[in-house]
Amino acid sequence: MPSLAFIGLGLYDEKGISLHGLEIAKSAEIVLLESYTNIMPGLNLESLGKMIGKEIRLIGRREVEDGKWILDAAAKREVALLVAGDPFVATTHVDLRLRAIKRGIRVEVVNAPSIVSVAPGAVGLQNYKFGKSATITFPEPLSLVPYETLRINRSLGLHSLFFLDLRVEEGRFMKAGEAIRLLLDMEAKQRGGVVSEEMLMVVLARAGSPSQLVRAGKAAVLEDLDFGPPPHSLIVPGRLHFMEAEALVLIGGADEDLVRGYL
Amino acid sequence: MPKYKQTEEIIKLMSNKLNVRNIGTLAHVDHGKTTLSDSLLAGAGLISQKIAAQALALDYVEIEQLRQMTVKAANVSLLHEKNDQSYVINLIDTPGHVDFTGHVTRSLRVMDGGIVVVDSVEGVMTQTETVLRQAMDEKVRPLLYVNKVDRLIKELRLSPQEILERLLKIIRDFNALLETYADPEFKDKWKVNPDKGQVAFGSALHKWGFTLPIIKAKGMKFSDVIDAYNKGDIERLQKEFPLHIAILDMAVDHIPNPVEAQKYRIPKIWRGDINSPIGKAMLNCDENGPLVICVNKVIVDPHAGPVVTGRIFSGTIHEGEQLYGLMSKSEGRVQQVSLYMGPYREICPEMASGNIVALLGLDNARAGETLVRPADKDAMFPFEKMKYISDPVVTVAIEPKYSRDLPKLIDALHKMAIEDPTLSVKINQETGEYLIAGMGSLHLEIALWDLKQRTGGIEITTTPPIVVYRESLTGAGGPFEGKSPNKHNRLYLKVEPLNQETIDLIQQGVIYEDMDSKERVRILREKAGWDNEEAKGIWAIDSYVNVLVDATKGLQYIREIKDTIIQAFRLNVSEGPLAREPIRGLKVLLVDANVHEDPAHRGPGQIMPAIRDAMFCGFLSCNPILLEPIIKLDMKVPQDFLGGVTRIIAGKRGKIISMDQVGQVMHLVSEIPVSETFDLSDQLRSATAGKAFWGTEFARWSPVPSSMLADTIKKIRERKGLSPNPPTPQEFMSM
Ligand SMILES: Nc1nc2c(ncn2[C@@H]2O[C@H](COP(=O)(O)OP(=O)(O)OP(=O)(O)O)[C@@H](O)[C@H]2O)c(=O)[nH]1
Ligand SMILES: [Mg+2]
Repeated sequence: MPSLAFIGLGLYDEKGISLHGLEIAKSAEIVLLESYTNIMPGLNLESLGKMIGKEIRLIGRREVEDGKWILDAAAKREVALLVAGDPFVATTHVDLRLRAIKRGIRVEVVNAPSIVSVAPGAVGLQNYKFGKSATITFPEPLSLVPYETLRINRSLGLHSLFFLDLRVEEGRFMKAGEAIRLLLDMEAKQRGGVVSEEMLMVVLARAGSPSQLVRAGKAAVLEDLDFGPPPHSLIVPGRLHFMEAEALVLIGGADEDLVRGYL
Repeated sequence: MPKYKQTEEIIKLMSNKLNVRNIGTLAHVDHGKTTLSDSLLAGAGLISQKIAAQALALDYVEIEQLRQMTVKAANVSLLHEKNDQSYVINLIDTPGHVDFTGHVTRSLRVMDGGIVVVDSVEGVMTQTETVLRQAMDEKVRPLLYVNKVDRLIKELRLSPQEILERLLKIIRDFNALLETYADPEFKDKWKVNPDKGQVAFGSALHKWGFTLPIIKAKGMKFSDVIDAYNKGDIERLQKEFPLHIAILDMAVDHIPNPVEAQKYRIPKIWRGDINSPIGKAMLNCDENGPLVICVNKVIVDPHAGPVVTGRIFSGTIHEGEQLYGLMSKSEGRVQQVSLYMGPYREICPEMASGNIVALLGLDNARAGETLVRPADKDAMFPFEKMKYISDPVVTVAIEPKYSRDLPKLIDALHKMAIEDPTLSVKINQETGEYLIAGMGSLHLEIALWDLKQRTGGIEITTTPPIVVYRESLTGAGGPFEGKSPNKHNRLYLKVEPLNQETIDLIQQGVIYEDMDSKERVRILREKAGWDNEEAKGIWAIDSYVNVLVDATKGLQYIREIKDTIIQAFRLNVSEGPLAREPIRGLKVLLVDANVHEDPAHRGPGQIMPAIRDAMFCGFLSCNPILLEPIIKLDMKVPQDFLGGVTRIIAGKRGKIISMDQVGQVMHLVSEIPVSETFDLSDQLRSATAGKAFWGTEFARWSPVPSSMLADTIKKIRERKGLSPNPPTPQEFMSM
């Protein structure tokens, strides 16, 4: 039956696809992989193709955003669209889904881990204590949205999760140190007392992969560390529960005195 | 070697500002500016008296002599003695040809007084009026020199009474123009009175001339002049009344020195803050103030490279100094400070404010540049910013026939682009051709001729000239929606044509992007009927004369995408949807927007296409049209050939604007679309047996007749390798 299936692949490699997702992909006539919104550090396309037993066609931003031929295809055949992370946590594919619904195309969704669901637990923080999130983008020009987001979250004692700019097509990704520097730059510009070098921050690199790395400490210290290949994300904790404080020390190697100040 | 002695003297005198005058000659084509300048040069002993009238020393470029007109302004310093005092007269020769209006304004800016040359036979003509009006704009005091008086006597054989009437009429016409164009404070002050020695009469060709005080002092009368001609005793006139004395006396007595002139001129010709330290220094022509030089001309010397000439409005320039150009935004070291004496440059170690200087070593400076010391670059407001007026309208692609000539060609093009900023030289990256764009067919013809001279006559192949068009609209509408490719952002634009008042204000440089916004609001409200709020929201004014307005109020995140929206606006107006020609006269209003909160979802890759879609969908929905450049053809033709000429003009979609009889000759002003002018010169020449004289200037942009519109668009698109039909508005509507 003609349909469009959005299938999440998770965060690391081809083995992140669920058995359900694999089943749908195997039976689909056309298998597409959208490869611009995120990077999966361990993904091997060839072995994913073998697992599914079909040739996988890579599609770029323009084709997904334009969406026309994907929808045309899905109106006549079974199409599976493989997506890094979870298909709908990043907002990118919502439009395609809505247009499919409008055209009466059957839509299936197979969820998978996403940075949003993984990050809180990965660093030992509690999911229900997070506020709004934002992307820290390359300063072209500098967007102050992350700063405003942080200000609001902090005033409510909530944690803030920041995605860091990823431009897969240009081969550019933002490192954690750069993101911290940008937050400090925003402070210098706005002088709202929201960010400081002494502040507790948490860097999460390559979430969900075997080489996942968590490091909690003062902004000034983290800024100078090299966390290796992408992707990186940044968390700025608000008020800490005592279990969260303990986790940041044990998992993130934070200084006990520093963490105590956030209880 | 009297030249050297004079140079030393002049350098010394130049520091005595009260004895400096900066003057220029202004005139209708052919009324005798260059001949007059040469008489002045001859009088100051720089070139021999005999060859002066033929040599036309100020016409450096050969082609000008060929066409009998001065294309580029040159500068020269002269020495003059009066009542035991020595004066330095810096003489600026201005172009007579109006195709290059920018040159005239830049020349006027560096002078305080102008000698307006009027041919006594032709009287005050259109260009006399144009240059006088421009002189008024730049606060240059005009004095009158009535030239070619010999022709009234010898050719027209007028009686003394008739001659007198003619001369008085010219003075009346001249003063009437002052009455019309001068600011109230100068109207009476600047009208010329022959009794006070503010008008000179003479013959530049025969090198005599006088003012009434001069002829009175000699105890002679006008009839004595006529007698001299009747007796064939012109030499006596030359001895009794050397022309240079009459003119230079007049300049010394009635043109203000730079200290006096800068007091009232600076507030008018410079838009910066006159109460700032730099403003005050310029007002006072302070030689100890910050250095400010305004460049009026650059020529490329075959040996020395670019020679930059300009006026020092404040401070003192020394050899070896580092200077910063506000237009080119770059620094250079002054390798040599010199002054021009005719075609020769004389080195001098330093030069003080109030004078005209020639500098070597500033390779990036162009005419119109403002030069200051690097430390003053932020404090200084430039004399000139962008040039809106001189849009090139015709382009040709050129190539050397033999590739070995390519270096010569490139070198010559490079020099020409430096000397004439209105000539644009580009390389077409795709085809490797060199594209030269000029302000009219004549401008290009001259440029190609010049190119041949400079390259020693290498063979060049030239494509047929290509006319540059503009896209515009006659309707208004909106809001039009533009969605970003990810569909998370929606922007809403209205489009409408700018009114003519606004277009004029932008074109004249009265309104521009980085001016004080309050002042801009006031002018737009008072002079162009703008709504206050709308005028306050102006984000961008681009050089093709389009305006972007933010009419939203307090929408979220708009500030963060403002730069991207502006960038998209500029890109879109530079290549419109009809035929990828620049858009002109468009007002775009951003009226509403839904912008995604997260910056990752609203980068340039998302916002630029959204703006393009909304702008082009709107543009194409609101009656788009094409504008074509129209030139004004100003010609003099013997009556017998008039029929032939008017037929040619009519056959070229031309319109006759005016026709007057001047003696045996008809003075004909007409307008013709540039696209019809490529064989105009040849046709006019053969139809008039070479007896017509003409000049052209850019007149305006005018809609392509609707009967030709579709076909013209198709031809442009095909030439550019596009599909023959322009897109429909629907193609810019996103699902
Ligand atoms: N009879 C006569 N002819 C003159 C006189 N002055 C100039 N001419 C002639 O008029 C023509 C134009 O003179 P120019 O000095 O080149 O005029 P111009 O104003 O510099 O011309 P453009 O640079 O083309 O504007 C030349 O042929 C001169 O010889 C004069 O006093 N009497
Ligand atoms: Mg001339």
